Amino acid sequence: MIAHAIFFYVFSIIAVVSAIMVTVSKNTVHSVFFLILDFISISCLFIMIGAEFLGMIMLIVYVGAVAVLFLFVVMMLNVAQQKNQWFVSEENSGHIPVGLLISAIIFFELIIVIGGWKYKPDLFETTNPIINEISNTHSLGQVLYTDYIHIFQISGMILLIAMIGAIVLTFRQREGVKKQSYLKQISRERSEGVEVLEVASNKGVKIDD
Amino acid sequence: MTEIGLGHYLTLGAVIFSIGIIGIFLNRKNIIVILMSIELILLAVNINLVSFSIYLGDLTGQVFTLFILTVAAAEAAIGLAIIVVYYRNSGTIRVEEIDKLKG
Repeated sequence: MIAHAIFFYVFSIIAVVSAIMVTVSKNTVHSVFFLILDFISISCLFIMIGAEFLGMIMLIVYVGAVAVLFLFVVMMLNVAQQKNQWFVSEENSGHIPVGLLISAIIFFELIIVIGGWKYKPDLFETTNPIINEISNTHSLGQVLYTDYIHIFQISGMILLIAMIGAIVLTFRQREGVKKQSYLKQISRERSEGVEVLEVASNKGVKIDD
Repeated sequence: MTEIGLGHYLTLGAVIFSIGIIGIFLNRKNIIVILMSIELILLAVNINLVSFSIYLGDLTGQVFTLFILTVAAAEAAIGLAIIVVYYRNSGTIRVEEIDKLKG
């Protein structure tokens, strides 16, 4: 139990500090790195608490895909050099107390809810009880592909639509780029490709193209 | 103190949620950091769902965490595509200079 407590505090302190650094750090690339650190420590917490599948998926999806996507975009857009001055800019510093006030209110509301919360075990029937005999991945698969199959399919459609949307948004036709056109290549015929000429002796052939 | 319960995890989720909201408000840099703050908020929601799921012995929370994960990935992809297109058109993604709507 004491090991659980130690690991919880270590990982949660790392997570909170790196979450603060995401918002505070001056360089955007550093923010992305702290975001990655945050995701890694939270996935360690998930693995520790017993949700191994979600912890691993978190590592693969967030650290492996989303954070690297952020990193690519940050490096492509050349925003790392923009030296920011986010406490110095005078005309916009009115946002800062409002933001702090709103987030403090939200934080204390959440803390009040957590503090006054009591679980009544027989209030709801647990729909999918966790079975300890089989692994976490196994039990998730048993539920996900049977009871939640429609939502699973819909989430697949959401991913497909996101992919199509990202491609459509960033696609552009450039001028002056030579491309291979299969249709042109296939539809070439002998009549327009080859010409047979009668060449008289001692006279050349004029080619116009 | 040494007994880690549901309240600890919920408090961690609340802290990260609030940090994400602070990040949205305080950010004067570029829009990418706002997207990262939204990812932090979704992460806090995931922490809440998973810890409730484990401590109440119900698997439904983890299933919905999976769906939130896919939606977050889709949202990041679309948001970053929009940012790339905006940068191509206007040459900046600083929050102060994005004032086309005069809001």
